[in-house]
Amino acid sequence: MKDKRISLAHGDGGELAHKLIQDVFVEAFGHNEYARLDAAVFSAPSSQMAVTTDSFVIKPIFFPGGNIGKLAIAGTVNDLAVSGMIPYYLTAGFIIEEGFKVQELKEIVHSMAMEAKNANVRIVAGDTKVVERGSIDGIYINTTGIGFVHPIHAIQPELMEEGDSIIVNGTIGDHGIAILAARGELGIKTNLQSDCAALNGLITSVLDSVDGVRIMRDPTRGGLATTLVEIAEDFHVSMEIEDEKLPIRNEVRGACDILGFDPLYLANEGKVIFIVKKEQEEQVLEILKQHELGQNAKVIGRITGKDKRAVHLKTGLGSIRKLNRLSGMMLPRIC
Amino acid sequence: MQELLNEFSNSKLSRKLLDKVKESAESFIREHGRRPIFMEVCGSHTMALAETGVKKALKESVQLISGPGCPVCVTDQKSIDAMIKLAEGENRIICTFGDMMRVPGTECSLLEAKTDGKDIRIVYSPPDAVKIAEENPDKEVIFLGIGFETTIPVLAVALKNAVNRNVKNFSMWMTTKLVEPILRTLLESKEVNIDGFILPGHVSIVLGKNSYRYLVDEYQIPGVITGFEPVELLAGIYKLIGQLLDDRAEIENAYSFVVTDEGNKAAQSLIEEYFEPVDVAWRGIGVIPKSGMDLKRKFAGLNAKHRFAITVGEPRKTKCRCGEIIKGLISPEECPLFSKACTPLTPIGPCMVSAEGTCSAHYQYLRED
Repeated sequence: MKDKRISLAHGDGGELAHKLIQDVFVEAFGHNEYARLDAAVFSAPSSQMAVTTDSFVIKPIFFPGGNIGKLAIAGTVNDLAVSGMIPYYLTAGFIIEEGFKVQELKEIVHSMAMEAKNANVRIVAGDTKVVERGSIDGIYINTTGIGFVHPIHAIQPELMEEGDSIIVNGTIGDHGIAILAARGELGIKTNLQSDCAALNGLITSVLDSVDGVRIMRDPTRGGLATTLVEIAEDFHVSMEIEDEKLPIRNEVRGACDILGFDPLYLANEGKVIFIVKKEQEEQVLEILKQHELGQNAKVIGRITGKDKRAVHLKTGLGSIRKLNRLSGMMLPRIC
Repeated sequence: MQELLNEFSNSKLSRKLLDKVKESAESFIREHGRRPIFMEVCGSHTMALAETGVKKALKESVQLISGPGCPVCVTDQKSIDAMIKLAEGENRIICTFGDMMRVPGTECSLLEAKTDGKDIRIVYSPPDAVKIAEENPDKEVIFLGIGFETTIPVLAVALKNAVNRNVKNFSMWMTTKLVEPILRTLLESKEVNIDGFILPGHVSIVLGKNSYRYLVDEYQIPGVITGFEPVELLAGIYKLIGQLLDDRAEIENAYSFVVTDEGNKAAQSLIEEYFEPVDVAWRGIGVIPKSGMDLKRKFAGLNAKHRFAITVGEPRKTKCRCGEIIKGLISPEECPLFSKACTPLTPIGPCMVSAEGTCSAHYQYLRED
């Protein structure tokens, strides 16, 4: 029997569209309670809230360690979580190419439901459009997230000072190389999995007990280096990280050597950088290591001052070089 | 394998070696009143020396100058313009290495041509371009063949596949370059003083250690073939200083676990089967006799230069000093455009674009501002 496929009629708002929504989306997301009005109505646990939005166009749609759906949930949840927010509600918008397999859509939506459950967020509204074959490449997803400020500890980037510790929760570059390898254009095979994961559980466990988290960021596109440069420029601080302390898997190093990439600029989808008061460094490491997503957490460097707005890397040889934003590297679609 | 390479980037070992290099450089400086001057021929060495911090760590001890080893950087502007012009034709798919995409032509870059709707694809391996030709029988697929002896055998494999599978719509536009003619030109011009060469790791896998005999026999210049990790780079430099202190000039192989005396015979015979030496123009240097490779006459059908008539005018003049940079005459910071008008996002010359370019290495890894 031929695979069932998405047709233009699935997006016309009629009977087929209704059936698709019921069979695929409501079935997985279980958001019937929110789906009866044109907008989702929900209650707010506090008055300070945050909203973020992100669109996902990754190729390939399915990759080792996840798929576009899991990424769409984790990505938006992480943007809220690193801002010191507790993610509560998400919306999901789908743009699907005519001819996309219904089974694959179900798989994607199922991953979204699973990841949302793991992250303890509700998907409260959604939208589906179908476009003619060839207009897009399979499926694109937009998610918008709403979160509320962590009730105990807030982040305080303005307090960053010399000596503060820079911590990352695990190995960098896994997502970038896993995706590049999965695209099959590089002729390399790896067992690497994308690190794609919602980080709000990990982050909340830190904020629950640590007073002294200055700032958090997720080093996605542009990698660790670009993210640190952004922090340095946004908050007028200088910092130094040490090459030898960076957690990087051998497979990632090897692939970078072959392909001429720098792991510092590879995308991550399950990593968070914490900058914390030096006195809290041990406590944060301990909490991170107790969590599944923080086993390889490490201190990778320090804030060195408030004058220069620059990030420096200390190489294994002891020489220091300045890190810049990612510039001009030709990378394909990775998120 | 990666564990082995990790040993070569082992920081304890490299710091010890760094001290030894500095020590022996001191002896040289005491004797000659100046630092020893070494040229790294290969673009990947330029990058590795900058990225690992070796160049910075040796600033006071050794003068490292970058040579003509970045294949995109040494391509003259007219060839670049011709390749971009080629992409503008109808019903064509241009396949190229990623490095070429941003290289500025007189009119536009390949990336800009792609944005305008031309079908230009990055491939990581030339044989992939032959596959693309098979999948698109109604289009002309042209691979832009750029590179030194490391890449030329892989270009031959692509041609071999096209011949064996009778792929009629595939052709190659060659602007490859050879190492020996450019090193001879540099040494004979006497514009730069070089005490020794850090010889390319990858090219030497194909050519073998013995291919560099002319450096010693005719020019009495030492050379060391080495790898790309800090320990390997430092070991290579240490051996070079050692030769100078002993008043020796030899070709040494510090990359012997992949480079043999004779090189890769299979790769060499692939080159011979499909290509022959031709005169080519180098950026900022001019035409050097028999310094590049093009398809042999019997494969003219696969030669894009025969298949497509491309004419380009004189390139636009800019203040770009890439020509002097690839000869090792100046460092990027001496170019008035460097990191001001010319950056990786707004490159004026190819040295700023290529992943192996000297300006790109300096911009990414050695800039202080």
